[in-house]
Amino acid sequence: MKILRTTAALIALALPAHAATDIHEVTSPGGITAWLVEDHNIPFTALELRFRGGTALDPEGQRGAVNLMTATLEEGAGDLDAQGFAQARDALAARFGFDSSADAIAVSAQMLTENRDQAVDLLRSALVDPTFDPNAVNRVRGQVLSNLASAAQDPESIAALTFQHDAYGDHPYGTDSSGTLDSVKALTPEQLAAVHKAAMARDNVYVAAAGDITPEQLGALLDTLLGDLPATATAPPGAATWQADRGTHVVDFPTPQAVVRFGQPGLDVQDPDFMAAFVANEILGGGRFTARLMDELRSKRGLTYGAYSQLATMDLADFVAGQFASDNDKTAEAVGLVRDQWAKIAKDGVTQPELDAAKTYLTGAYPLRFDGNGPIASILVGMQMQGFPIDYPKNRNALIEALTLDDVNRVAAELYDPAKLHFVVVGRPTGLDAH
Amino acid sequence: MPHRLPAALALCLCATPALAQDVTEFRLDNGLDIVVIEDHRAPVVTSMVWYRTGSADEKTGESGVAHFLEHLMFQGTATTEPGDFAATVSALGGSNNAFTSYDYTAYYERVAADKLDLMLSMEADRMVNLDLSQPIVDNERNVILEERSQRTDSNPQAQFQEQMNAAQYMNSPYRRPVIGWRAEMEALSREDALDHYRTFYAPNNAILVVAGDVEPDAVRAMAEEHFGPLKPSDTLPPRARPQEPPQLAERRLTFHDERVAQPYVTRSYLAPERNAGDQSEAAALAVLAALLGGDPTTSVLAQKMQFGENPTAIYTMAGYDGTSVDPSTFTLGVVPADGVTLQEAEDAMDKVLADFLKDGVDAAQLDRIKTQLRASDIYNRDDSGGLANEYGAALAVGLTVQDVQDWPRALQDVTAEQVLAAARKVLDRRQSVTGWLEQEETTP
Repeated sequence: MKILRTTAALIALALPAHAATDIHEVTSPGGITAWLVEDHNIPFTALELRFRGGTALDPEGQRGAVNLMTATLEEGAGDLDAQGFAQARDALAARFGFDSSADAIAVSAQMLTENRDQAVDLLRSALVDPTFDPNAVNRVRGQVLSNLASAAQDPESIAALTFQHDAYGDHPYGTDSSGTLDSVKALTPEQLAAVHKAAMARDNVYVAAAGDITPEQLGALLDTLLGDLPATATAPPGAATWQADRGTHVVDFPTPQAVVRFGQPGLDVQDPDFMAAFVANEILGGGRFTARLMDELRSKRGLTYGAYSQLATMDLADFVAGQFASDNDKTAEAVGLVRDQWAKIAKDGVTQPELDAAKTYLTGAYPLRFDGNGPIASILVGMQMQGFPIDYPKNRNALIEALTLDDVNRVAAELYDPAKLHFVVVGRPTGLDAH
Repeated sequence: MPHRLPAALALCLCATPALAQDVTEFRLDNGLDIVVIEDHRAPVVTSMVWYRTGSADEKTGESGVAHFLEHLMFQGTATTEPGDFAATVSALGGSNNAFTSYDYTAYYERVAADKLDLMLSMEADRMVNLDLSQPIVDNERNVILEERSQRTDSNPQAQFQEQMNAAQYMNSPYRRPVIGWRAEMEALSREDALDHYRTFYAPNNAILVVAGDVEPDAVRAMAEEHFGPLKPSDTLPPRARPQEPPQLAERRLTFHDERVAQPYVTRSYLAPERNAGDQSEAAALAVLAALLGGDPTTSVLAQKMQFGENPTAIYTMAGYDGTSVDPSTFTLGVVPADGVTLQEAEDAMDKVLADFLKDGVDAAQLDRIKTQLRASDIYNRDDSGGLANEYGAALAVGLTVQDVQDWPRALQDVTAEQVLAAARKVLDRRQSVTGWLEQEETTP
């Protein structure tokens, strides 16, 4: 689940044309760069950090180390224990978030202008000087183990993990980024301290800020916050290779409604054909009710509450993935319809009216995403992670407008391959042939 | 470990006015209430139409009809085809959806600010001109049954919560799930949905909330044009629902399900709601929830149960939302630590509550919570859509714009004594339900 959620967020990146001119690159005196949208309307700053690598940097035999480390950063730092840290944060009314995913560690902060310096000092202590106190580690470990146990009994989580493992085997993308019960139980505070140094450094961090802060203030902030991190992080592992067969993998689970996940290899976000594929996918499996999967499975037949597909673009792999849930006695019909739609878009492509509607939707929706300091900071940091230039927002809609029906249908024919389409079904579907 | 910042570092937040955003309210002659929240930072607008009807207003035996109608509201009017509404919004690059709760049903669109006029015309159209074919109704019934399968029946925690609610409310329609009981959903007809529609959907039972890059005068003109001609209903039923009798005996539930991996104990107490012009008790309960279980580290339950030598819990929570027509609930939850039984976890929770009532409120913790609440007024301004939600929900349950704007002050004015008084009143086991969620007992 984490893998898909993260990539969904990264794919959804965009900025309105009017805001594009307001993005500034700021380089600190110490040489750390950040993207900034300055807006002094509301007296706070949203700050987003990403450390590339994420849970893919777990050392051999320590699956879950980055996840547990990240979750423990705020549980004691510098002179403060977990209680002291939380109390100091609350007294400043600062908001910090720490999360890890397959490609990145994400740190989010919202800080009031009037005490931003103190808030930055506190956040710095969590990033640079976490204590990994054994009691704190054990406390957070208990939460992670509980989550793992729950995920093992949750059909959506089972479907996500089974799909990832079918696709990528023993590569980190193929296993649970939180680790296993056994691997998490074995993690030591010393291992967390080591992986902290390996996964959070000045050379793998991306920074974006939006709100009530000037470039000069942000420059100083960057050096205070990040200047004492190690210079270099561990390199990520190699690319993950798709290895799922075409077929249907049924996982027996006692639930009235089967969860279905499906997919095939995809396309890099910087591939010249990516935008055409993105538009094709919007027509096939976008969130609009007029998208083909939603129309065929929900609007026409009432087989599901919702069906979607998306292009997942990760650092070490790209794939197309979709999901829906249907009552067990309807699952086989719904799976067949998805296979039909997959073959249809590959063979016949999309229609001009579909392309026109998708274009107006995508280009019209683009500016709407920029509506607050928090969303803007997230967008800017995601753009950096995905390798887009700072002026990309100015050109993005034009790239969509320029696509012809031939472009989209050529790419759809190349991308969608029913022979590679793999299904995972978690439930007790009737009349469904597993392979 | 109480930790207090030096006074010099304490927040003043003095620059925060109570009315941080520009909010304008007015009412059309036909009774439609309108709230405009200005935020000119981006050329975006959120438009919401809230109806003062939800699942608690349904007829007995028709549970789920309010939500069913919400789905059907996208299935065509006298002049539009099924699906046109969503297709029109998405063709403009907008997004739209709807949601149903116990006390309200709301429809919203998020579009470029210059598309507001079209949104209002479409909302006005479906307020009075819904036109449903039988095949569309039959298909959509399957969709809501799949929705129930996905949200509730595939999720033992959701099923458990449904049982908890039904036990908490002995007479109030809050005992019914918003999505409906399956057997009653299966029997919902086109006529049932249209009857709910004709009864409750009218301009004088609705609130239009527009938030974003708009001017109040422009919204007024557009609203007059599109909603102004609609006739108010003169047959709106009074919102006088069956009330709870005195609750004299605590209830206990145990929910077994083989899919449960992590057992937990939860308790809900009947609790008073916010009332127009009288929010002080609700404010005290909101602060009580923050004190007991608002922060995963510093709350009273977390400190006493998740820290120390022998932690009894890995997660604790307390919650209260008083934005409702009829009495709400105050809820507690504890996920026991490994090796701790549900009985031990519940006993530990009860000991924390008893100690809290005896020892009183930690002044520093109360200060920190109030500081965060004040700061929320700043952070919340970043999300005008969220503000639209806050105003819409409040007005839909009978509160006023003034109540919404008084709420931050009501929270700041809460004293430690009021918190304890509210706690003593509400944390009464006789009006509570305690539930255990655990895996199926297995025979060795």
